[in-house]
Amino acid sequence: MNKRLRSDLLLLGGLAAVGLALFALLSLGRDDGVQVLVRVDGVVTQRFSLSEPRSYTIQTRDEGVNELRIDDGAVWLESANCPDCLCVKQGKIRYAGESIICLPHGVVVELSGQDELALDAVTQ
Amino acid sequence: MKTRKVTDYALLTTLALILSYVESQVPAFFAVPGMKLGLTNLVVMVALYRMGDRDAVTVNLIRICLSALLFGNGFSLAYSLSGGLLSGFTMIALKRTEKFSIIGVSIAGGLSHNTGQILASMVLLGTWRVAAYFIALWASGIAAGLAIGVLSGEIVRRLPQSVISGGKP
Repeated sequence: MNKRLRSDLLLLGGLAAVGLALFALLSLGRDDGVQVLVRVDGVVTQRFSLSEPRSYTIQTRDEGVNELRIDDGAVWLESANCPDCLCVKQGKIRYAGESIICLPHGVVVELSGQDELALDAVTQ
Repeated sequence: MKTRKVTDYALLTTLALILSYVESQVPAFFAVPGMKLGLTNLVVMVALYRMGDRDAVTVNLIRICLSALLFGNGFSLAYSLSGGLLSGFTMIALKRTEKFSIIGVSIAGGLSHNTGQILASMVLLGTWRVAAYFIALWASGIAAGLAIGVLSGEIVRRLPQSVISGGKP
């Protein structure tokens, strides 16, 4: 019985390890973003294609400004007049499901992938 | 087939169906779809340890088809089949090595069940994005398998030989 308990524990540890390894492997296979969604206070104000380079100034409440840049399949906030500029420090995002958040201005920049776009087309 | 075996099959299948139904009534209990305790696996474990490999697979297959007919649809049948078959064969393989206790066998069963369902959803939804659920379902498969393993160990130990005898008199 003790021998079996030991194999059970080995199995448990092994499976946990394999799970973590597979998870890491699968995160590498994530999808590239397709569409950039800009939300201000929860409302979608702009949609851009991630494949077209552009600059855009997000106007928010209290004269807040976040400068958005899209280039080279990535999107980022280049500068902003929020107090801590954490949104700028979050850097570039390029995969579906990632987002940049600026709490003081209530700005969320989201990346959606091909799947969400197909879902949108169905639901709209 | 002996009458005894027929009644054992009927009893276990009915029990599994009831547990399937009970579990289908609490879908919103967990945030991640597919995360569940797997109560029906109690019955499969009893069949596996009291009757045999073939009997466990048979009971599980009948249960899956009937519960899809009664409570589900084509999609749920595909999910249940892929989970049920993968976990069934994994548990049989592990039990045959005789190196693991009923708890280890059950852990492998719970995990392989969820793995089968993730694979099925990847095929059916045609996307890798399901992988976001992967770590949650992997962990919950291990946890559920552990709980069911402990429970079914007790049941197999305490259930009188006369109730499910595996066709032996």
